[in-house]
Amino acid sequence: MTKTTKVSRLRKKDAFLEQLPLVGMLAPFLIFFLLFTIIPIFSSIALSFTSYDLISTPKFLGIGNYERMFVFDDIFGIVVKNTLVFAIIAGPIGFLLAFVLAWFVNEFSPFVRTVLSFMFYTPSLVGGGLFIWQVLFSGDAYGYLNSMLLSVGLITEPITWLKTPQYLMPIVIIVQLWQSMGVSFLSNISGLQNIGDELYEAGAIDGIRSRWQELRFITLPQMKNMLLFSAVMQIQSSFSVSSIAIELAGFPSTQYAVDTIVSHMADMATVRFEYGYASAIAVILFIMMAGTRMLIGKVLSLIGK
Amino acid sequence: MKFKFKKPQFAAFKKKSSFARRFTRSKIGNFFYCTFLVAGGLFSVLPLIYSVVTSFKPIDELLIFPPRFFVQRPTIANYLALPDLLSNLQVPLSRYIANSLLISIITTFLYIIISSMAAFVLAKAKFKAKNAIFWTVQMALMFNAYTLSIPSYLIYAKMNIIDTYWVYLLPSLADTMGVFLMKQYMEDALPDALLEAAKIDGAGYTRVFWSIVMPTVKPMWLTLMLFGFRSIWSMAPSTTIFTEQLKTLPMVTPQIAAGGTARAGSSMAMTVIMMIPPILVYMVSQSNVMQAMTSAGIKE
Repeated sequence: MTKTTKVSRLRKKDAFLEQLPLVGMLAPFLIFFLLFTIIPIFSSIALSFTSYDLISTPKFLGIGNYERMFVFDDIFGIVVKNTLVFAIIAGPIGFLLAFVLAWFVNEFSPFVRTVLSFMFYTPSLVGGGLFIWQVLFSGDAYGYLNSMLLSVGLITEPITWLKTPQYLMPIVIIVQLWQSMGVSFLSNISGLQNIGDELYEAGAIDGIRSRWQELRFITLPQMKNMLLFSAVMQIQSSFSVSSIAIELAGFPSTQYAVDTIVSHMADMATVRFEYGYASAIAVILFIMMAGTRMLIGKVLSLIGK
Repeated sequence: MKFKFKKPQFAAFKKKSSFARRFTRSKIGNFFYCTFLVAGGLFSVLPLIYSVVTSFKPIDELLIFPPRFFVQRPTIANYLALPDLLSNLQVPLSRYIANSLLISIITTFLYIIISSMAAFVLAKAKFKAKNAIFWTVQMALMFNAYTLSIPSYLIYAKMNIIDTYWVYLLPSLADTMGVFLMKQYMEDALPDALLEAAKIDGAGYTRVFWSIVMPTVKPMWLTLMLFGFRSIWSMAPSTTIFTEQLKTLPMVTPQIAAGGTARAGSSMAMTVIMMIPPILVYMVSQSNVMQAMTSAGIKE
């Protein structure tokens, strides 16, 4: 009896020593993560219960900020609606596009594939790159779209694309999709190439007879991990549309047509110095995104069943 | 198992048969497929072409009506004007370039190693807190960075790293995307059998990591190198860096654009120059990814 406990204790110690390098490998990241991400997040959550103008010490408000958001803030409802429209339209389309394009591109020879993926990745490489959209949709007759439509005779006077609410939403969605392709697309390509040919060969022997079956029974189940990654990236980008909308349509945009939660929050934090309220908005946005993430996890776990 | 598969029939995919699929599309399917790719590709690459073309436009062509996409009489005047436009800087331009390159390269290098090490532990080790840590990493991606700037600033101030090179480096290493991406990939690409075999041969974790894990997941860390470099290259922390000697290129280029329409050409020329390093990194990274892929054969 005593002997076995001694042995198992020894084993435990052994296992502990063996794990030591692993702790060392995880530690650098964990330290930075804790310092520069976790502590700021919790401070921000704490500040969301206070009134804080960056100068005087924070005053405790309880749930005052949250009450204000849902009861008194007229614009909050509009920005939530806009954010959800972006998330529901741009999110899934971006996710599917990143996968479908990667799947298509992946079939070419390495050289063609490098060229094609470069083309699809350029919007991220160009950085901001929004200037072309500003010129394209410029409201005067000098704008590319206006001058094209004018010379064809479809319109008689220039349309102020970026000042008209009904055009703004589609324009921002298109630009958002154009810009969000980068990370998910390239990681999908790397993931696809990791699926060995022998899997497809084995699949063919097991009776897979079409490309659709191949996609459903081999490719998608093998891509589960990468798809989760790209879904999280899409949630992150489609819920936080703001710089595109602000740069194209200004802030506030005409009739708040494309103002989002993030642009509202930025306005509160940097223009009005209501930092506590901005933090409360951030917390609500986080809850929305985390909820979506769980939902997506459920959907993705259905793949391959 | 020696079963030969029929090579694909259509011309565009014939060349490298090892990558082609065993099932072919109909002709109509092929047509739509290629049209879709070409249209999407052009749509994506248009801004790049536009900026290159515009950077060679003389001033009268920049203001012409109706606007022309392509340049009629290309000139390099916009590029030649750059040294002059940047001549009123307090420190020579080379200092900014050196800062940018140095910071981007060192930070990207450390980012890849730190993320990969953490991802390896999260993907393959067995300990209780693992899932909790991974869950936190994912959730942290969901918290918008906007309101984190003030608490982060206070932390930088406490650490005394404001207005030093450290303020570029350290916060970038806390970026969770790299860990998430590498962990997802390592779970698929690193068979347990391979790690077991190495352990039986007497290799410690550190050696396993450097001589087995990193070579096997090379395609993904090359991709991460691109992501990391691109975001660090464009970083302009104007609230935490004040000393002119410590600033990077993205922090001085806006002053060219501030010159208005008359400098639109030069501003575009600067944009084009700023794009070159990320494009070079893209080429190095992705051409190696493709090569690594063709030779990847470590499977269960």
